[in-house]
Amino acid sequence: MTTPDPARRQVHLVAHFPGVNSATVWSDPASGSQIDFASFRHFARTAERGLFDYVFLAEGLRLREHGGRIHDLDVAGRPATLAILAAMASVTRNIGVVGTLTSTFNEPTELARQLATIDHLSGGRVGWNVVTSPDAFHGANFRRGGFLPYAERYTRAEEFVALAKALWDSWEAGAILADREAGRFVDPERVHRVRHRGPQFDVAATSTVPRSPQGYPVIVQAGDSPAGRDFAAANAEIIFSRHTGYADGQQFYRDVKGRLPAAGRDEDSLLILPGASFALGDTDAEARERAREISLAQTSPQTAVAWVEAIWGRALPGLDPDGRLPDAEPGEGEQRQGQVSTRVEDRIARAAELRARAEAERLTVRELVAAETAHHTFVGSPATIAAEIDRYVQGRASDGFVLVPHLTPGGLDEFVDRVVPLLQERGVFRTEYAVDPVTGANPTLRRTLGLPEPQRPDSARYRPEGGPGDASAAESVPEDAAVPEEVPA
Amino acid sequence: MADIIRAGDSGSPITVGVALEGGGWHPAAWREDGAGPETLFTAAYWQGLIDIADEAGLDYATLEDALSTRSAGFGAPDDDPGLRPEIVEGRLDALLTASWLAPRTTRIGLIPTVTTTHTEPFHVATALQTLDHVSEGRAGWQLRISGDAASARAFGRRPAPEIDLADVLAGEPDAGLDALLGDAADVAETARRLWDSWEEDAIIRDVATGRFLDRDRVHHIRFASERFSVIGPSIVPRSPQGQLPVTLLSHSPRVHALAAETADVVFITPENPSPRAGASRGKPVAEIVAEVRAAERAADRAGRGLAPLRIVADLVVALDAPGEAATDRLDRLDDLAGTPFASDARVAAGSPERVADLIGDWLGAGIDGVRLRPLALPHDLTAIAERLLPVLRDRGLAAPGGADPRPLREVFGLASAPNRYAVARAAGDASEEAAA
Repeated sequence: MTTPDPARRQVHLVAHFPGVNSATVWSDPASGSQIDFASFRHFARTAERGLFDYVFLAEGLRLREHGGRIHDLDVAGRPATLAILAAMASVTRNIGVVGTLTSTFNEPTELARQLATIDHLSGGRVGWNVVTSPDAFHGANFRRGGFLPYAERYTRAEEFVALAKALWDSWEAGAILADREAGRFVDPERVHRVRHRGPQFDVAATSTVPRSPQGYPVIVQAGDSPAGRDFAAANAEIIFSRHTGYADGQQFYRDVKGRLPAAGRDEDSLLILPGASFALGDTDAEARERAREISLAQTSPQTAVAWVEAIWGRALPGLDPDGRLPDAEPGEGEQRQGQVSTRVEDRIARAAELRARAEAERLTVRELVAAETAHHTFVGSPATIAAEIDRYVQGRASDGFVLVPHLTPGGLDEFVDRVVPLLQERGVFRTEYAVDPVTGANPTLRRTLGLPEPQRPDSARYRPEGGPGDASAAESVPEDAAVPEEVPA
Repeated sequence: MADIIRAGDSGSPITVGVALEGGGWHPAAWREDGAGPETLFTAAYWQGLIDIADEAGLDYATLEDALSTRSAGFGAPDDDPGLRPEIVEGRLDALLTASWLAPRTTRIGLIPTVTTTHTEPFHVATALQTLDHVSEGRAGWQLRISGDAASARAFGRRPAPEIDLADVLAGEPDAGLDALLGDAADVAETARRLWDSWEEDAIIRDVATGRFLDRDRVHHIRFASERFSVIGPSIVPRSPQGQLPVTLLSHSPRVHALAAETADVVFITPENPSPRAGASRGKPVAEIVAEVRAAERAADRAGRGLAPLRIVADLVVALDAPGEAATDRLDRLDDLAGTPFASDARVAAGSPERVADLIGDWLGAGIDGVRLRPLALPHDLTAIAERLLPVLRDRGLAAPGGADPRPLREVFGLASAPNRYAVARAAGDASEEAAA
């Protein structure tokens, strides 16, 4: 068996459960249920068989709508994030489970205890992708509603994370005595009440969950703006990035890792993992053909029309998917909420850009939409893709990838069977999970990722007044962490 | 396999469940030999307990939960009650513990406690649906309100409830309690609508038209009250049971009314002389059953698609062990705790035969099942599984073991739940609101 080569930078791999957008192909006969637990069991166990770092899930807060009606062309419906994370951790032993959870429509006291619970049950394998939620469209499903102005979402996220960390820290090591003879189960002196008063939260709480194996869940973040990069440099342990190009990836990598020393951190305390889709074939030519087929399956004629309608901001009756873009310009007004595509800042400019591309490349509407939305990061034979992933990591364009298969639940099987062994042969990917050298326990997620443990507070360090619960101690924020719904391409 | 069907008025099968809490229901239970106080927050501890219950063929396990420490009792006005060193403090989230246990069990129903007062109804409803998917139809919900100031302060979202505990314990009207119960009813209604918001055949995967969904079979629920609104639909497709059995614990006619309005199963606490039984204190089974049935008559259950309430009596159980009578053990634990144990449910300490006698009497007085609260874990759970359950089965007071897995609804004798939106559509009413 090959072993990791210490002279070469090691690859990290994450398995993104296929999402509820057009990138996930449901028309393929191999496409299975997106909701039966058997699919999640298969996916998580396949990723664990492939020795991946963690399984990753996006979040659902409302079904997508198009033109005021529920969008019916893509996979829709999925489990609630926390409950399915717990269940996936239950059917695996080593792999991490990381979920996307909004700071906008949760409460710190509750979410902190939920994440700590999964960390306890899984022996320290949970992570949290911190996002803020965009709009009143999603707020319509929550008591809180959509009242938060855009800028305050970040204030809330900042306070949220600071308060959650204070709660996770509030039970010291040794707080649980379990002393039968003395009749003392807990030492109240070592459990600290958390007080927080800020613009978003006015809370005083005694945490109900003792400190969990990892202390904190691994913090994942997807921000990209300068402020987001600073937040990541100060707080995040993983960046789920959209920078999949090699040169672009290198630039992003240099930029973010360059901010770490100022935050008192070293380069290895933050991993940058871009999202990546892939198409495999026996040969590169065969892979290109499969990539073309997958792109078309991801872009049905109806999907292509709906995508253009979302850009144009209105229904376009009679638009021929095999014809040309509409001659009429998009209207001015607000983009309808819950659209199937990502935010468009200037729709007239975007329409012009699309027209230019269609004309230059002689593309029909459907071909254009496929080219815009169904691009695959890695296309090639297993050897080609393994070499490419290795090149990115050795070249500091990333620390690995969040792989986004296009099929549920089997979309990862071929990658695990054919690409992972080649990465191992290259000496850049683990051949087993690293058990704890002292206890022999299965690894925590932080251990698998090679990240440093958060400091464990003790009485001497703990400051009950003016401590972590103080608004003044609130740390900075995930800047523009949208729910990573679309496949970064 | 046939159920044992009671001759009583609901015609439902007899159920025997257990309520799991910390180290057991006695505050000193964690100090017993064989208890695992160091392991209470590990998966192995809960796995060990649920395995005992699942292998024995107990019908379901409820998992207790609360958003504040155990020092904060219901209605407690102190928002910082602190931690009591002599009891088990700290707990894991019940719904997530159940989600962990679901793939590792085969037959037993899993009923986590989830509070309604400070939580988001959308998250509560969708997490429960997810548990139903993960358990393949074995999930239920023990609905609970958070009536203490400490929980309110921990969320900081709404003021502490103003509850007059003396009034509540006496069963007198209380505006603060009514507000919490009203909110709970809204949350339950929201959950039930969300659970129905996807019709069973909403996913069509129609390649010809490019449609994954039939959007006419996925519904906005448009719930709105003065307290909150939720538009829906659920993010989770219809779960195996559709409607999960909703359960709640009640000590008073006011809470019976909430159960009658929204629940499938109500847990009651008969024949308990302790003041902790509140308005049920000292009442015989038949009297509480009559109260519940009266509350049912005042609620339009049939109109809501609900079967008659399953009435289940709670009982704390301490069973004799070789070498130590249960009453002696109870005395010993009371000495450790420094105070006699009292619970909101009656405590039965004795031989399996004596406890079975009591259960037999209660079943004869109109209840549909019992929920047993083991005094100490795992001791009394093991004793229930190995020694009490066989006696109940011999006497026809519990269904025989060895049943195949089945939906929790079926365990409680609840017919499969019709989907309100599908029913409305079949009746030719296209309007979503009409079904809501």
